[in-house]
Amino acid sequence: EPTPKLFRMRIFAPSEIVAKSRYWYFLSKLHKAKRANGEIVSVNEIFVSDPLKVKNYGIWLRYDSRSGTHNMYKEYRETTRAAAVEACYQDMAARHRARFSSVQIIRVATVKASEVRRPYIQQLLQPKLKFPLPHRVQRPAKKADRALIIAKRPSTFY
Amino acid sequence: SSSFKRLVEVGRVVLITHGCDAGKIATIVDIVDHNRAIIDGPTTEVQRQVISFKNVVLTDIVVKRLPRTIGSKALAKFLEKEQVVEAWQKTAWAKKLEARKRRSAMSDFDRFKLMRLKKQQRHIVDRQVALIKKERA
Repeated sequence: EPTPKLFRMRIFAPSEIVAKSRYWYFLSKLHKAKRANGEIVSVNEIFVSDPLKVKNYGIWLRYDSRSGTHNMYKEYRETTRAAAVEACYQDMAARHRARFSSVQIIRVATVKASEVRRPYIQQLLQPKLKFPLPHRVQRPAKKADRALIIAKRPSTFY
Repeated sequence: SSSFKRLVEVGRVVLITHGCDAGKIATIVDIVDHNRAIIDGPTTEVQRQVISFKNVVLTDIVVKRLPRTIGSKALAKFLEKEQVVEAWQKTAWAKKLEARKRRSAMSDFDRFKLMRLKKQQRHIVDRQVALIKKERA
């Protein structure tokens, strides 16, 4: 092949090894390319440019449930892409019992506040947002400092 | 009106209770969701960070009219104008924390000095009480 094709993917994975594996998994699904006939040119960790700015992430995904495979669109309020995808995986595991291998992230994009679709995110986007913390659980700074027996019931009023 | 006086809002001053910045105050600069906020404490050596409300306590101090996602330098100016750190240090809460810290850092000699000073104080007070009682009787 005088000019071999070059492909690039953004993969969410806990390590480089898993990233490479997932890369080939997705690439062979999308193109006629497999690990035996290809060569990974580079693997780079991508760092987000503004990790202290909250963004609304919309995640399009596809997952296998026990009785079929479905598409989904979910929204998360996070500071980085990686945090949003991590929240997505945890959320899918919690709500749908979907493990890492059954979830395929199709697309992750920042969504403008006016285009957010989910009410649970829209409620956090109102101007001059303020809310109380109604149930205060007082924890000691270290678990060793907690009192095993206390004289009065703790007050949960903030 | 509502019985909740301390609200999570942009400008609310919080006291960090867990982590390496424990004991320092910072200001809420942006709210991530119902569990987390971005706090910043340029005048109290707290790095700008995302923190969970579990690691923080809301105080009664609010920096009014603070614009959301304000930068660290501009926030420092706001805090100095409102004199937030001074307002915090004047509160009974902050004074109690300071007293607790000082007491735990006392050496045996400090405790001896404290004992002598308390004895002197007690002597003066009890003497006056005894005189008054004698007068009354």
